[in-house]
Amino acid sequence: MKKHLSIVLLTLLLSVQVLNIFAQQRFPKPEFETKYVQPVMQTPSPRSVFMEYFDVVALIGSLSLITWLILKKRSRQGVFWMTIFSLVYFGFYRKGCICAVGSLQNVTMALFYPDYHIPITAIAFFIIPLVFTLFYGRTFCAGICPLGAIQDIFVLRPLPLKSWVQKVLGLIPFIYLGLAVLYSATGTDYIVCRYDPFVGIFRHNATFMMFAIGGILLLIGVFIARPYCRFLCPYGILLNLVSRVSKNHLSIAPGKCIECRLCENSCPFGAINMPTPTKNNEKRNIMVKRFAFYFLITPFLVVLGGWTGSRFHENLANVNPKVKLANELLISNVKEPGKVSLEITTFKSTGKPIDKLYTEAAAIVQKFYIGGWILGGFLGLVFGLTLASLSIIQYRTDYTTNKGSCYSCARCVDFCPVKAEVK
Amino acid sequence: MEDKKKYNRRDFINSSFRVGIALGLTGIGVALTRRAIAGKSVWQLDPSKCVQCGRCATSCVLETSAVKCTHVYDMCGYCDLCGGYLRPDTKDLNTAAENQLCPTSAIVRKFVEEPFFEYQIIEELCIGCGKCVKGCGAFGNGSLQLQINHKLCVNCNQCAIARACPADAFSRVSASEAYLFKGFVKGKK
Repeated sequence: MKKHLSIVLLTLLLSVQVLNIFAQQRFPKPEFETKYVQPVMQTPSPRSVFMEYFDVVALIGSLSLITWLILKKRSRQGVFWMTIFSLVYFGFYRKGCICAVGSLQNVTMALFYPDYHIPITAIAFFIIPLVFTLFYGRTFCAGICPLGAIQDIFVLRPLPLKSWVQKVLGLIPFIYLGLAVLYSATGTDYIVCRYDPFVGIFRHNATFMMFAIGGILLLIGVFIARPYCRFLCPYGILLNLVSRVSKNHLSIAPGKCIECRLCENSCPFGAINMPTPTKNNEKRNIMVKRFAFYFLITPFLVVLGGWTGSRFHENLANVNPKVKLANELLISNVKEPGKVSLEITTFKSTGKPIDKLYTEAAAIVQKFYIGGWILGGFLGLVFGLTLASLSIIQYRTDYTTNKGSCYSCARCVDFCPVKAEVK
Repeated sequence: MEDKKKYNRRDFINSSFRVGIALGLTGIGVALTRRAIAGKSVWQLDPSKCVQCGRCATSCVLETSAVKCTHVYDMCGYCDLCGGYLRPDTKDLNTAAENQLCPTSAIVRKFVEEPFFEYQIIEELCIGCGKCVKGCGAFGNGSLQLQINHKLCVNCNQCAIARACPADAFSRVSASEAYLFKGFVKGKK
């Protein structure tokens, strides 16, 4: 009993002392004799929540307007002015953040981490463009996405790309998407935001590297239209897939295509499906065999990709700060001092047990092992299906938009001599 | 115009996919909205975890960091020998440039009354290096504290300083309580 009492007393005394530290400072604030007025502490408040919701309203409004301009008015000029608007509002005024491209990482993270509180605006920016695309095609890409808008201005001397080049480069966004999902699903980083090439231009403020990458992409964009959209954008993959089944997509001719070939070179993005030449028909059974071959090797590609991905899981995991710290600690334990990094000194000063860090890091590495399999398998699947789809020839007689890769920018519309039929 | 096309196999596949995607999007939307926060969150650093490593000054995506030293006047002792203003090896307690700890002379020392001095931070000059914060914390009350200035912060999706911070001091906080001061009770004078 006596022992208990002493413990209670001791804790009481200690807690009083702890309270004392908070209550009294080393040098208490003086009581001034002169009429000294203490300055006000500067704590400017962040942008109001109302304005965040206003962004969502602006997104819905501008998307509706541009969709109407594209599908009903068929006006390239209208789309151009919307491009300018979104460049000014979502780009330079909102400084490129929040954007739909980055929001896919917030959504992924929210799906994998129940305790991550995703902002409503991030969900809205992820879902709304996809919903519009599902019904009307990629009108978001046409002129609302600030990243697309800034590149669209620079489409001055577009050169046609060979279709195999387009296909090969078109695989990069899948890799980027896979990595972005892997890193946000493991709570490591938002790589899409980190390597956003144009956000520095929107802010007028960035490191030299950021400006350089943005500038180079814009310069390339003069000749190869919208390089980021076509060969990097991970959100574009989702829009592409959704747009393929879109209900009312922009068509080049408002009525029946007369195959006049005027629109043939109008698309800077190579998103017009040409009529199939009738002469070079291959024998049907050869084509079927080829398709079957590519289709059947797809599962092997998936397994091969998954295995390869899992081989690299440790390299992938080393991006994670916790894993990196654990690795550094392990190495520093092996060969003593020399140079100790700031991370290690700081970690040691917090007094957290090292074993706990190792267990946590090991759990993350395990996640990356599974993630590596899934990422590799996904890429294998994409490769396989791309090969298989290339072996299919669809017979077409008209010039149509490629619903997947068409940005609905309405450039081709002005070239079409067919007038809309008036009821 | 009104000629109805035949509803073929391709149309059927497309519609099924469309319905599937629509359902999927609704599912994601509903599932996420449930755990979403209605308000807004902003980045802030916890001064009690901060080790003043100086990376705030260099890691921010902005050319001059959005992290600034904030003076919590209520905690200040108005010392003549200020650990946040003067270099440790200073002989004369004056405003000579060689005595100042701040690399950009962002702190203004002003005489109030014997023996007290007021220290004010010029926000435009402050680069958020935390040298003064370290000095004040070591010798004084710790009234100088690093905080993200929300007028300047562009609220990146992933804060670049948060990634570089060795002390894991950065986190998202509610926009209504956007500042975290240590040892300071709000509203207390």
